[in-house]
Amino acid sequence: MPLPDFDAIAVGDVLPPLVLGPVTRHALGLYADASGDDNPLHIDPDYARREAGMPDAFAHGMLSAAWLARVLTRWVDPTAIRQLNVRFVAITHIGDEVHCRATVADKRLDRGTPCVYLELRVHNQANIPRLAGTAVVALPAPRPTASLPSTHKDMT
Amino acid sequence: MWDLSLQGAALTPFSAEAGRARLRAFAQATGQEHPLFLDEAAARAAGHPALLMPPTFLFCLSMEGPNPQEIYERLGVNYAHVLHGEQHFDYHRPAFADQRLHFAPRIGRLYARKGGALRFFEWENRVTDGDGQAVADLRSVMVVRPPPQEHGHAAA
Repeated sequence: MPLPDFDAIAVGDVLPPLVLGPVTRHALGLYADASGDDNPLHIDPDYARREAGMPDAFAHGMLSAAWLARVLTRWVDPTAIRQLNVRFVAITHIGDEVHCRATVADKRLDRGTPCVYLELRVHNQANIPRLAGTAVVALPAPRPTASLPSTHKDMT
Repeated sequence: MWDLSLQGAALTPFSAEAGRARLRAFAQATGQEHPLFLDEAAARAAGHPALLMPPTFLFCLSMEGPNPQEIYERLGVNYAHVLHGEQHFDYHRPAFADQRLHFAPRIGRLYARKGGALRFFEWENRVTDGDGQAVADLRSVMVVRPPPQEHGHAAA
């Protein structure tokens, strides 16, 4: 996977977005099992109604967070991620689509390392926000190019 | 209201690890397609000792202390009324399959909003490796919702 070119990145660039879902009970069961988060609020509608006054079971916020993180790991090497911050703005319901996007908010050198600051957002099929967040990714320092022949893009 | 003397209180430290089968299951449950999370040969070829841990998986391990209810018990909170409000990850170095990780959890800030109707607590986890080197810092903001009203009864 080619790394993004720090010089070519511009504030306002949108990373390739991801659309997941609609969220199913099966997806929540798989996530509960894989994550170890067996909170019945996400599995058992009776419990959600009785104990929490919710109309139904609802999605783990961290499932959407994991999906959102995939926007980053499709763009950079996973070890480049320095920071990931998410805020669960509203509950994601069963049947919701999960639209994940990341936008470049800033780029600058942090102690010599090129860093890209991203605004993150998840919304459902009606464009209603579900998660908001930020991330910081560090790119490898650009190689000195003065003595190299002109670069060309890999066409793959 | 909160007993503010609990701010900063250490919770029981513990160690945890996840094998490659579990990390792969998590990657699959979240649709993660990056080879460093799925293909051990690819991870080794990239210079890693084992499969990489997906970015949000440390949160799963943070819930696997000897008593997952400890923070709720210390704060006197019913966890059915708790929602995950925010999750923050600061990554210092990558974590891997089968790596023994040490978690030092503590209670962070305690506060309230909306005249005390919504209470918030923060839960922090410093994660270190076997050499005591920082792997990540996690911070969760949890929201305590008021209990649901009983049908036909005055709230207790």
